[in-house]
Amino acid sequence: MADVPLDRVAETAATEVEDLTLHHPHSWLTRYVFSQDAKTISIQYTVTALAIGFIALFLSWLMRLQLGFPGTFAFIDAAAYYQLITMHGMMMIVYVLTAVLLGGFGNYLIPLMVGARDMVFPYANMLSYWFYLLAVVILLASFFAPGGPTGAGWTLYPPQAILSGTPGQESGIILMLVSLIVFIAGFTMGGLNYVVTVLQGRTRGMTLMRMPLTVWGIFTASVMALLAFPALFVASVMMLFDKIFGTSFFMPSLIELGTPLDYGGGSPILFQHLFWFFGHPEVYIVALPAFGIVSDLIATHARRNIFGYRMMVWAILAIGALSFVVWAHHMYVSGMNPWFGFFFATTTLIIAVPTAIKVYNWILTLWRGDIHLTVPMLFALGFIVTFVNGGLSGLFLGNVVVDVPLSDTMFVVAHFHMVMGIAPVLVIFGAIYHWYPKVTGRMMNEALGKLHFWITFLGTYAIFFPMHYLGLLGVPRRYHEMGEASFFPASAQMLNAYITVLALVVGAAQLLFLFNLIWSIRHGREAGGNPWRATSLEWQTPETPPPHGNWGREQPTVYRWAYDYNVPGVAQDFIPQNMPPEAVPLGPRPAPGGMS
Amino acid sequence: MYVALALFVIAIGSVVFHLLSPWWWTPIASNWSYIDHTITITFWITGLVFVAVVLFMAWCVWRYRHRPQQAEVLYEPENRRLEWWLTVVTAIGVAAMLAPGLYVWRQFITVPPDADEVEIVAQQWQWSYRLPGPDGRLGATAIRHVSDDNPLGLDPDDPRGADDVMVQGGELHLPVGRPVKAVLRSLDVLHDFYVPEFRAKMDLIPGMVTYFWLTPTRTGTFEVLCAEMCGVGHAFMRGFVVVAEESDYRAWLEQQQPARPAAQRAVPVIAER
Amino acid sequence: MTAAVAFLVLLAALAAWWLYGQRLMSRPWLAAGIVEDTGGLAHMPAAKVGLGVFLAVVGALFSLFLSAYTMRMQLADWSALPVPRILWVTTLLILLASAALVWAVRSARRGEKERALDGLLAATGFGSAFLGGQLIAWDELAGSGYRLADNAANSFFYVLTGLHGAHILGGLVALVAVTVKLWRSPDAAAAQLPVELCALYWHFLALVWLVLFAVITGWAGDFLAVCRQLLS
Repeated sequence: MADVPLDRVAETAATEVEDLTLHHPHSWLTRYVFSQDAKTISIQYTVTALAIGFIALFLSWLMRLQLGFPGTFAFIDAAAYYQLITMHGMMMIVYVLTAVLLGGFGNYLIPLMVGARDMVFPYANMLSYWFYLLAVVILLASFFAPGGPTGAGWTLYPPQAILSGTPGQESGIILMLVSLIVFIAGFTMGGLNYVVTVLQGRTRGMTLMRMPLTVWGIFTASVMALLAFPALFVASVMMLFDKIFGTSFFMPSLIELGTPLDYGGGSPILFQHLFWFFGHPEVYIVALPAFGIVSDLIATHARRNIFGYRMMVWAILAIGALSFVVWAHHMYVSGMNPWFGFFFATTTLIIAVPTAIKVYNWILTLWRGDIHLTVPMLFALGFIVTFVNGGLSGLFLGNVVVDVPLSDTMFVVAHFHMVMGIAPVLVIFGAIYHWYPKVTGRMMNEALGKLHFWITFLGTYAIFFPMHYLGLLGVPRRYHEMGEASFFPASAQMLNAYITVLALVVGAAQLLFLFNLIWSIRHGREAGGNPWRATSLEWQTPETPPPHGNWGREQPTVYRWAYDYNVPGVAQDFIPQNMPPEAVPLGPRPAPGGMS
Repeated sequence: MYVALALFVIAIGSVVFHLLSPWWWTPIASNWSYIDHTITITFWITGLVFVAVVLFMAWCVWRYRHRPQQAEVLYEPENRRLEWWLTVVTAIGVAAMLAPGLYVWRQFITVPPDADEVEIVAQQWQWSYRLPGPDGRLGATAIRHVSDDNPLGLDPDDPRGADDVMVQGGELHLPVGRPVKAVLRSLDVLHDFYVPEFRAKMDLIPGMVTYFWLTPTRTGTFEVLCAEMCGVGHAFMRGFVVVAEESDYRAWLEQQQPARPAAQRAVPVIAER
Repeated sequence: MTAAVAFLVLLAALAAWWLYGQRLMSRPWLAAGIVEDTGGLAHMPAAKVGLGVFLAVVGALFSLFLSAYTMRMQLADWSALPVPRILWVTTLLILLASAALVWAVRSARRGEKERALDGLLAATGFGSAFLGGQLIAWDELAGSGYRLADNAANSFFYVLTGLHGAHILGGLVALVAVTVKLWRSPDAAAAQLPVELCALYWHFLALVWLVLFAVITGWAGDFLAVCRQLLS
């Protein structure tokens, strides 16, 4: 690990001096534990989030067992089932997807891709991780608290979230809200870094329009998260007051299982507005980084420039802005003023246009490319299929009157698992296979990777596509068992059992990934600095894995955009962003085949 | 090769599954067949897009896969015409779904003036109903009036409520062919009155009154489900709606007891305050 | 959610103005070579931009609380509480603290260390007095029977002033740290940026307080009603 020695500050160029005031680790503890290096923080975030992801996956197994074979497993009663779905949902959405895509990938990729030495506020960045870990610990503590974790559903709707008909109302709900508040505080410290590093930390020549789309996606998502998470913060604080101090922000006068309570006058709908003011942007906070990353995976592995780069950037910005004015499409049947339906259905369907443009541009990038079906590319293709499927079913739910019969049914569950569950997870896998060689210097095993891809992609599609039809049939979500119902045929219960079996298989297949991840650290093939022959800056570091400070003596200078693949008249099929125009080897394009 | 084949199978397989699926919406029993039509339109448009996108991908993956004799890769950063053209087509497709959606939504929220009122009250974990008596009007209610004798919290001073008919935990009967405005109220937490055959549904919220309306179009007994999570009994919060011919409905209504028998009714003071 | 959406529209306008200068319409594949970055933020210190972004987050937080306030206020059980007189004094104090920081920034820019220190100390004093005044207001209200859970108006008053007070407390800690730094450093120039950051943070919180005060006293509502009448 060659740190930039501080005694070289004097002889470096003026533009570098500021960056050399990095925090240099002096001990094992500050290097690997309380590290202020964005790359270490990234690994800490990713590993923690993956661990939570496996716990949440395990919870989903248990609830699938109950749904597939109701009554067979005595320990999964209604209360336990609600605790399982609540914790599965909240963990996956906030503590896994948000944490990996922003805290994990953001930390690793932003500084490297914009040519910075580190994040601009490394100390706050370190605190961000430790706050996140604290939030995770508080969340997990609720499993051991009296009454267990909250079973209010991940939406935590009052009044039921804090009343005795709901499991975990003793302490689980309090721990959940406190954990969210800590998470938000921690995220704010990290998010400031992601945003300001893109604003101020870009190296010479890295204009905004030369940034890879990954950076655009993570940057926009971070801005959105900074502005959307306060809504969850406000809602959580107010609900804590309602629960602990007996205020009536959200609580109307009501009878709790026969006993009148002291609450009065509050509005449950107010909570829903605040929650979804966070909750809808959250969908795009997860999606936009995935959009960005998948754009770069496709361009790199199809050896072709991303098609319509400008449109892609504008679409990201448009989606980011629009996503703040669609929140009430989660509330069409909530009893809010029905006239809002016209506005929110319109804004929601308008968002489909920039999103569709992104999909077209991905597949047009494949067109007339040189497609290498590497593991990252497979995951990118899987993402497109899954995302298109989930996005299109979103057009059902966003269109106010179509939502009426479908809302709160399994159709919704299938939709959001496709679009913001499986789709971003496929991107996360693809991204890990793609950037693993940069992080460790070794490749992940390709055969295992392909096996992992096929089971995960086909398996999840076969799980969630038929699930839509349970919703069409009328099966409500959040039922621990359907029981007897005239419209619920025996075949539908068989479908449930089939989904459960498949979910167990696909879940178990994730161990392949885990094994590959750990095994390849020591036994993977040596990767070299740029195994995918990619153009963006993170592949051009002088050393791999990049040491503290990333760039050795001199920060790179950027001469071009991130997508110069197969440029006519150039003798290699990619031009790194930091290659000066005079160094570009001219000549006929090489015959393809350098890499399989 | 396998990748292209897999994509092809997914595109075609999804359509085949859709066509052969034994799981489909229940036969409709209300006037909201408009909603079904809108869903059908949406299925057509989204289905076409899905198949087109995935098949095009499959073709690209097959045609432009990495090979020794590779055709030249096209260097084309953008194509303004193609992009605008796709944008416009998408916008038209979106509008084709949104327009009928909004049109039907307007009907959905506009209650016909001649609709009968029925109140649906939810509590953990039971449905109750209240129908106006001969005066055709429902009496006022408040949570503070709720007691063992007055489970729905009727205002004892409101004369309009005296003849109201209450059904506690039983079946709701509705006459076929007459528009009904369901007025919704909850005593404790959020619930959602959901009859799959009616298509319509709406949340019940403590502290406020919500509504939806429908016209039952065929007789029969239909299952009521709760569709908004309401605690551990959520899945068991069931009930039945019986849609009957007008005469049968009248006969049923006759048998129901009013809220306060005539003898106990407070002398109607002055209704207006 | 009007307040929150209005705040975000304001931010979006700022972002659009900045992006306008970033040549988002350019075709990046056409020009290879060195392009110097344009745009107004390029030469600002990262800390200042960071604080700006942080204040946007704080602004979103308070605007969301105000949205919740206005929505909750329209419900039937709302009964506004009397505004304690001491809040007039604390409003004056927070403005005085802001003024003292303006003085400190000016002095620090001129390199006048002693005067800058005076400004910082005065701001710390006024700021602490502000917090003390807010506590007295709490005490007064609680003493006259306006307890937290009695009415949503009370709950909002305590939560909003408490949250604002917590931010002020953070500002005070920063002020003390900067004062010590300036006091120890040989010349005022070294502490110029931290002093500016403190001032920016403080002005923003003073502005937030003015808005909160206007909403709590009901003037904001009256003002909007008048505007609506003028428009219609």
